[in-house]
Amino acid sequence: MRRFLNWVIGLAVLIGTLGRRRRRREPEEERIVPPGSASPRAEAVVILLLLTAAACAIAFIVVYAMDGLTDQTQLLGLTLGLSLGSLAAALIVFARRLIVTEEIAEEYPEPAHPDDQDALVEVVRESGDRLTRKRLLGTAAGAAGGALGLALLTPVASLGPALETGTFYRTPWVPGRRLVDDKGRPLSADDIEISDFYTAYPEGADPDQVPAPVVVVRLAPSQLELPPERSRWAPEGILAYSKICTHAGCAISLYRSPLFDPVQPGPALVCPCHYSTFNPASGGAVVFGPAGRPLPQLPLTIDPRRELRAGGNFSGPVGPSWWGVRKGKPT
Amino acid sequence: MVGSPEGQADLILRRTVRFLDERSGSAPLLLKALRYLFPDHWSFLLGEVALYAFIVLVGTGVYLTLFFEPSLAKTVYQGAYAPLHGVQMSDAYKSAVDLSFEVKAGLLMRQTHHWAADVFVVAIVIHLMRVFFTGAFRRPRELTYLIGLLMLFITFLEGYLGYSMVDDLLSGMGLAIGYSVAMAIPVIGANLALLIWGAPFPGDPAFESRMYVAHVFILPIVIGLMIGLHLALVALRHHTQFRGGRQSERILVGVPSFPGQTPRSLGLMLAVSSILFLLGGLVQINPIWLWGPYEVGMSTNGAQPDWYLGWLIGGMRLVPHFDVTIGDYTIVPNPFWGGALFPLVVLVVLAAWPWAERRLTGDYRLHNLLDRPRDAPLRTGLGAGFLSWVFLVFISGSADRMTVLFGLPYEHLLKAFTVAVLVVPFFAFLVVWRSCVELGRTDVVEHEREAAEAEARAAEA
Repeated sequence: MRRFLNWVIGLAVLIGTLGRRRRRREPEEERIVPPGSASPRAEAVVILLLLTAAACAIAFIVVYAMDGLTDQTQLLGLTLGLSLGSLAAALIVFARRLIVTEEIAEEYPEPAHPDDQDALVEVVRESGDRLTRKRLLGTAAGAAGGALGLALLTPVASLGPALETGTFYRTPWVPGRRLVDDKGRPLSADDIEISDFYTAYPEGADPDQVPAPVVVVRLAPSQLELPPERSRWAPEGILAYSKICTHAGCAISLYRSPLFDPVQPGPALVCPCHYSTFNPASGGAVVFGPAGRPLPQLPLTIDPRRELRAGGNFSGPVGPSWWGVRKGKPT
Repeated sequence: MVGSPEGQADLILRRTVRFLDERSGSAPLLLKALRYLFPDHWSFLLGEVALYAFIVLVGTGVYLTLFFEPSLAKTVYQGAYAPLHGVQMSDAYKSAVDLSFEVKAGLLMRQTHHWAADVFVVAIVIHLMRVFFTGAFRRPRELTYLIGLLMLFITFLEGYLGYSMVDDLLSGMGLAIGYSVAMAIPVIGANLALLIWGAPFPGDPAFESRMYVAHVFILPIVIGLMIGLHLALVALRHHTQFRGGRQSERILVGVPSFPGQTPRSLGLMLAVSSILFLLGGLVQINPIWLWGPYEVGMSTNGAQPDWYLGWLIGGMRLVPHFDVTIGDYTIVPNPFWGGALFPLVVLVVLAAWPWAERRLTGDYRLHNLLDRPRDAPLRTGLGAGFLSWVFLVFISGSADRMTVLFGLPYEHLLKAFTVAVLVVPFFAFLVVWRSCVELGRTDVVEHEREAAEAEARAAEA
């Protein structure tokens, strides 16, 4: 009995192994992707990472659904980032441990196909056999294509008044126009202090255009080195300049005012974009930086109510330069 | 077999493949695609990083368009961010602030979008360096290189428009500079600026729509098409590879796209997205509510653009103050040199390099094997010199930050940078070129020693 059992078990094992071997061998012979050994541990890691990714994604939804969280953006980023990161880690473990990395060699594609090239040329050449006046046809087709292309491009001209460069010279400043602050209140000469810096706009005009904003500063009248024709432009040492840098159009928002004259450089208006530096004492001359033109000066007057008014227009064109702009042309 | 779940899956797969093949005839093509070979080297993943950053950009970008209102119409802010209460601003700026504070996940998407843009350009630039210094641009891959290069420059514009249309104070300052550069272009500058902006700066209200359609529609499509063409050309000519055991100009060695490469690439894509969303959630970028709305008469100190435009700020700062003039007529205004000519020179030099190198070396052959940088001392030396030039200009764009950080006077720093920009590239070229030549000699000696040793061993045996 015992012997018989042993026989049965032995036979069963033999059949089992034979059967398994046959099943295994068959596909092995014609495999494309080579076989590799199983790695249950790596599979466990991948499953764990995938579940982490799922958990983090659910956490993202939960965080999203909660109201009144102070760090919601941070938590949303963290949960979504960790979910994506776990998924990335799962894929990388999968790539390294659970699939076979084959290194296959093959030939590069043909660098060129001379026969096909010849055939292409031939097809094109032979297709035009019936044409007798090729050059004339070509010229006519070129004319048609060029003119049509030009016609289709013409509406682009509607985008802007491309030829009206005169608009660059237009400013809202006229003699007598009051200087007001950003709330529309007039600037009084008595409010302008030395070593302070004020932004002003033309009263009643759109402040959001390049020629509108000016900076107002006060220097001791003895410090002024204005050109003779501007001797009356700075009453009581109060000066106004366009706030827009002549280099690249940024607003001049830095004012260097020496606290101790003998050792510190003189007063200067500085643009924070590329550090063009202008001297307010000498009519806005460039003392440093890339600007090519002085800062345009606005002549000032003080009316009987001590309010600042424009005495005229700027000393030159305002804002960035362009081809053909005149450096000193009064506007 | 048929009854088992495995057999079931097998059957479904077989049926799907048959269905697809019978209707599209694509089985041979798909098989080829599955077994397309990717040579294995970490540096080949840089372009992929850029691709995945682009995917994140499109995804987050589409989300942002659902909330952003590209309009310059004025409104008074009364939203969730108290410090701006009562401030007059454009709808564009208001909607950008609102989507940051009042749309759940809005700030996450906006910051991730901004980070993804920065990473996108970093990845392209490093990828370009890899391609340059290994000679991957050589025949037959010049077109692939050119398309990639153009894409990089279009990306600069795309990123610039992206942060410009928000209409915060930094946006406006950037636009003022862009406008001035356009104005400075010889002959046509003023006309061009009027055409683009529709009126003298800050321009026609329609200018906002123009930026918007360019940023969310025209340029993304152009970039997307160029990515497609770039990848198609890569696949048609196959990848380049480094020299190795079996590798040669004729034989390509690599991992097939399936199953080997697919999980790696997908893993990389998810890793890139993971990092971008972590940055977007945890690391603040461009807090627009702090800058306030833009007005022509306002600017802020210490403004820095996104990193990829730093080289243009630097270029514009380094140019000494002169306009080309005749009498008192300005001919070429200053911003042209640093803002337009400088990037144009960089683009043209890089675009012309594959052809220039052929003329210089007389090497007109096809190349599938990559150089190590030392294998081409001239290219590596010139490349290093050029790179140091652009890099120094880039760094000098932050000279004012160094003044704040280290207390050095700005004027002196700028002079030092001007000298460095003119001198350092020469030394960089000499040092790198010389090092490559020396390394090459060491290689020869080592090669000979190995050969001799092998010969000796053979003689002993």
